[in-house]
This record gives sequence, C-alpha cells and structure tokens, in this order.
Amino acid sequence: MSEVSESIAPCLIFAWGNPSRGDDALGPLFIERLEAQADGHAEWGSFDCLSDFQLQIEHALDLAGRERVLFVDASLSCAAPFEVSLVTPCRDKSYTSHAMSPGALLQVYRELYGEAPPASQLLAIRGQRFELGEALSHDAQAHLEAALAWTGAWLSASSSGRRAAAY
Amino acid sequence: MNRELETAAHPELLRRVAIDPVSRVEGHGKVSILLDQDNRIHQVRLHIVEFRGFEKFIQGRPYWEVPVMVQRLCGICPVSHHLAASKALDLIVGAKQLTPSAEKLRRLMHYGQMLQSHALHFFHLASPDLLFGFDSEPGRRNIVGIAAAHPEIARMGVLLRKFGQEVIRVTAGKRVHGTGSVPGGVNKSLTSEERDGLIRDADQMVSWSAQAVGIIKELHRQNPALYDSFGAFRSNSLSLVAADGGLDFYHGRLRARDADGGLLFDQADAQGYERLITEAVKPWSYMKFPYLTALGEEAGWYKVGPLARVINCDHIGTPLAEAERREFVAHCAALPAQATLAYHWARMIELLFAAETLRDLLEDRDLEGDDLVTSGERAFEGVGAIEAPRGTLIHHYRVDENDLVTMANLIVSTTHNNQAMNTAVREVARRYLDGRELTEGLLNHIEVAIRAFDPCLSCATHALGRMPLELTLLDADGRQIDRLSRRSEEPL
Repeated sequence: MSEVSESIAPCLIFAWGNPSRGDDALGPLFIERLEAQADGHAEWGSFDCLSDFQLQIEHALDLAGRERVLFVDASLSCAAPFEVSLVTPCRDKSYTSHAMSPGALLQVYRELYGEAPPASQLLAIRGQRFELGEALSHDAQAHLEAALAWTGAWLSASSSGRRAAAY
Repeated sequence: MNRELETAAHPELLRRVAIDPVSRVEGHGKVSILLDQDNRIHQVRLHIVEFRGFEKFIQGRPYWEVPVMVQRLCGICPVSHHLAASKALDLIVGAKQLTPSAEKLRRLMHYGQMLQSHALHFFHLASPDLLFGFDSEPGRRNIVGIAAAHPEIARMGVLLRKFGQEVIRVTAGKRVHGTGSVPGGVNKSLTSEERDGLIRDADQMVSWSAQAVGIIKELHRQNPALYDSFGAFRSNSLSLVAADGGLDFYHGRLRARDADGGLLFDQADAQGYERLITEAVKPWSYMKFPYLTALGEEAGWYKVGPLARVINCDHIGTPLAEAERREFVAHCAALPAQATLAYHWARMIELLFAAETLRDLLEDRDLEGDDLVTSGERAFEGVGAIEAPRGTLIHHYRVDENDLVTMANLIVSTTHNNQAMNTAVREVARRYLDGRELTEGLLNHIEVAIRAFDPCLSCATHALGRMPLELTLLDADGRQIDRLSRRSEEPL
C-alpha cells in the first residue's frame, strides 16, 4: 500500500472539529476559509489542506513528505484570540480515541517511519461554546479572522523562506 | 440475569470512587463505585452522557438533509449513521429495492467503515491492554507504546485504517462529511482508477486481517483462564442476519438468541422494532436500557456488536472468516461465548470478513455503473437498521407532506449494550477489586471491560484541554479524600 501520496505540497495545514458543535467548528471553518482565499494569494506558495473530525493514527501517513505542518483546533484553554506553539513528538496522555494530541501523532510518525517528523506548530483558536446544533459564537468568529490573518503571514514567510533557500 | 451491585442498600455509609471519564472510549463515560471501610464493593454503575437532543436537532429539517447531518453525530462511525438514515429514507421515497450498483456501492462504503473502525479499536485502543497487561505501566498502554514495542503491529493498524478510510473517500466523495448515499441510492459510482487503486491493496488487507485474528487467538491460547472468564456474564444476543442466516453488516432481519443459544425470534422485520424492543429508564443514568419486550425488563436485556453477531449467525460468507468462526465456536464448546474479552476475537473475525468482502466486491463492475437512484410510491415513515461496528443501529423517521422530518428516533449500539456493559463491569469489580486497595491498574480492569464493547459514548467534541481523566475518592459525606487527574496533553 502506498504510504505517501504522489503529489504533495511541502506544507500541510490540518484542522479538525465537528461542524455541528458550536465553536468546535473552528477547525473545519478555518480550512474552508483558507482554501477560499488561497487563489488570490500566490505569495502563500503551495500548501495542502486537510480537515477531519479528530486526529487519528492514520493521519501520521498524511505527514509523510512534508517540510512543515500547521495543526489547527479549537481550544477552551488558550488565550484569545489564538495561540501558536511548537509541537514535538511526545508520549503524552492522549489515550482517548478522540483526543489524540498532535504531539502523540508526531510520535507515532517517528515510530512508524524511524525518522524525525516534519517541523510542526499548533494553532489553537479560542472557542467557548460546544453544544450540539449551536452556531459559531460571535467571539469565535472574531478569533477565526485573526487566526486566518496570522496564517496568511505565516504562509508568506514560509514560502519566501523556501524560495530563498532554492537560490 | 442478576442485578447484584446495581444499587447499594445504604449508599450513605459508603465511599465513592469515580473513574471519570473512562479513557480510550469515544465520548464521555463515568464509572462510580461505592465501597465500605474494608473495600468491599456494594455498588458499581457505568454512567454515560448520551447524545440527548440529537433527535430534536433533526426535527424540522428536510428529509434529504438528514443522511449528511447525522454524520455529525459521531466522529467515529459517521458512515453507519449516514447509511442507516439513508436506508430509513429509502422507504420515504419509495425505493424498496435499490439498483444493483447503488446497493453494492453502499455495501462497499459500509464494509470499509467496518474495517477501519475494527482496526482502530483493536490496534489502537485494545491492544495496549492485551499486549502489555491490564496493570502494566500506564505510559505504555497506548498506541505510542505499541509502536515502540511492536512496530509491525502498529503499522498494520495504521495501514488497515488508511485503506478503510480510502474506501470511504471514494464511495462517499470525501474523507469526512461525505454525501455519497442519498435517499433512494447513491450519487456517485467508482471510476476504474479508483477501483483499481483499491484492488491493488485488497489482498494485503486480507493478509493483515488474518494476522490480526492470529494475534488475538494467540493471546487466548496463552492465557485461557483470563480470556475465557474476564467479565463473563450470561445474556441474550441481538443482531441482524441475512435471509440465509449469514453474517451481514449492511442489511438483514433481526434475530435474538438466549444465553444458551436458543432462538428467541428470527427474521423479524426491523420496521417493527418498537414491538420487539422497549427502552427502560433508570433514575441514575441518562442513557436508556433497552430490553426484549416479550421477556420483560429483568430477563430481556441483551448484548449487540461483534460477539453477538458472530454467535448469532449461522455462517459467514467468506472462506477465511468462516473457518475462523468455526474455530471460535468450537473454542466456546457447547454454549455461546459469554466472556467479555471474546468481543476482541469476534471483532477480528469480522475484520477478516470485511477485508475479504471488500476484496471480492471490488471485482464487481457494477461499482462503475451509472444507474444509481430509484424511487417509488412516496411514504411518510421509515426505519433503517444496519449493523454498525459496535452493533445494531436503528434510525426511525416520520416526514410530513412538506418533506420535513416530524419525528426522529435513534437507538444506537451503545444504548443496546448499556445493561451488558454495566453487568460486565460489576463482574470485574466483584472478581478483581472487591476487598482490595484500589490502584490505577485495578481500576484499569474496569476500563478494559468497557473498552471490549468499543462503546461510542457521545459525539466528537474534543477541543483541546477538555478531556481529563479524573479519579476522585470521596468519603460517605461526599468530602474529597484523594484525587488523581490526568489531562490528555500532559506529558507522561
């Protein structure tokens, strides 16, 4: 079975969440909005977007061949509007099937491939309400906009860095 | 079927231990245990936060939106809800018989879901307990520990999952929130490239699935005393079976057996589930307790899921899985399997059945057909039943003349198993915890019993920082004596 897609971008942006549970939709909405904006931003360079309900073990395969990864999720504990942190492989306590952490996923990658995973960051967007059937809260909407703006700048910087390295 | 340890005589005199939430199950669950000063156990209860309100969420929506909406009920088995809703709504649009292409494409999608779900459960959630031991060092009891100690097993699990997800992607249109199944059929067939791509890997999936059966059989062989008795209890069993009595995940009629294997009913139309099943309510649990109406609440509760399906069916329609079923039945001797850990063995037999079925189905050119949707005389009510990874799943809808849903009722697998899971944890508590000083390892025995059912306790809200495992020890007055908490993102 092929473990690496034939044509992948060096950068992956991977968000997760349940679109029907209030601010848990921040992750999938982030991807929708980013993809919609991408056509007008050549300076962002080439990147792939993925979204899912939750992080799972097979997502380690989606990291193969990447140079950098940005994980995106709603958070109840980060500062508003968002926080960005480095993610490193770790054996953490994310036992639960639907709470696999990005760090644990990187650790699975390392064990599977026997190599260091791609450089990764977590963009945690502050959310507040997660009940079934709720719409995105007003505050979360504003946090989403701020997170998208940061990501545009991050993509531009990453892309120009790659271009510079190519010369 | 006894209810010992369900309710203590004098709870006010007892200490309470809570495992909250249970880890490595989907959603939120809590186990409370009442102990006296000598650590004798008087009461054990599994409480589950069910997805209350979901039926209300559906009411008032156009019926054609429902197969997509219900996927958001659960991040673990969205395809099962997608298809159960579609089957119910087939009847609303008068599609009593789908086209061959539509039925085969749905079947392909569903067996892909079964494969990926069973693989995740065994390799990711259950194998850490089974390979390292129930009271081994907690830091090893996860997929990362498995990957370090048994990289080939972790790799099989990841790639089986990936294959199942790929089957879902090509049949549902995308990896998540697919729209492939619609009332009356499907809206997409496979391209020859998609079909060929899956065929290339199908034999490997069968081989790995057969190896997975070998792993669980070896674990049973090494420790039969544990595997044949841990959390064992007598119960009825319920599942769908095909018209010829064979195992079928996608479609069939209801069959129930008693604890001795005798038939209680057979080939019952799921449209009449309300006559067969009654849902009891208990004051201490949000989740209902279904039972077979004819037997009454005390004697009529039952189990569903892999173990119920494998002991209920007469045969399995693929050669390797059928050979494994026969060996499993022979191992259990005269009576149907009663041990909770037998769920894992049965689940791996089903994994193999799913892999063989996918391989065979992928050879069928109807998957590339273009006759995908049918309809007939409009109706206003429909019931869809399917065998989801965790057991029988029932969706029931009523729709008005404006095409809006006026009533929705869902009985999910974990609800069917509510009493069975409670009974299993009581058996484990009685045998392993009673009279002993409680440790994390001993409490994990309780979780091992619950995890064997692979319960899907709620839907997929999972924001960072929301999933601590908290264990609190309270005295008889409710004062906290001790507390242990683990938060998922904390390092080990």
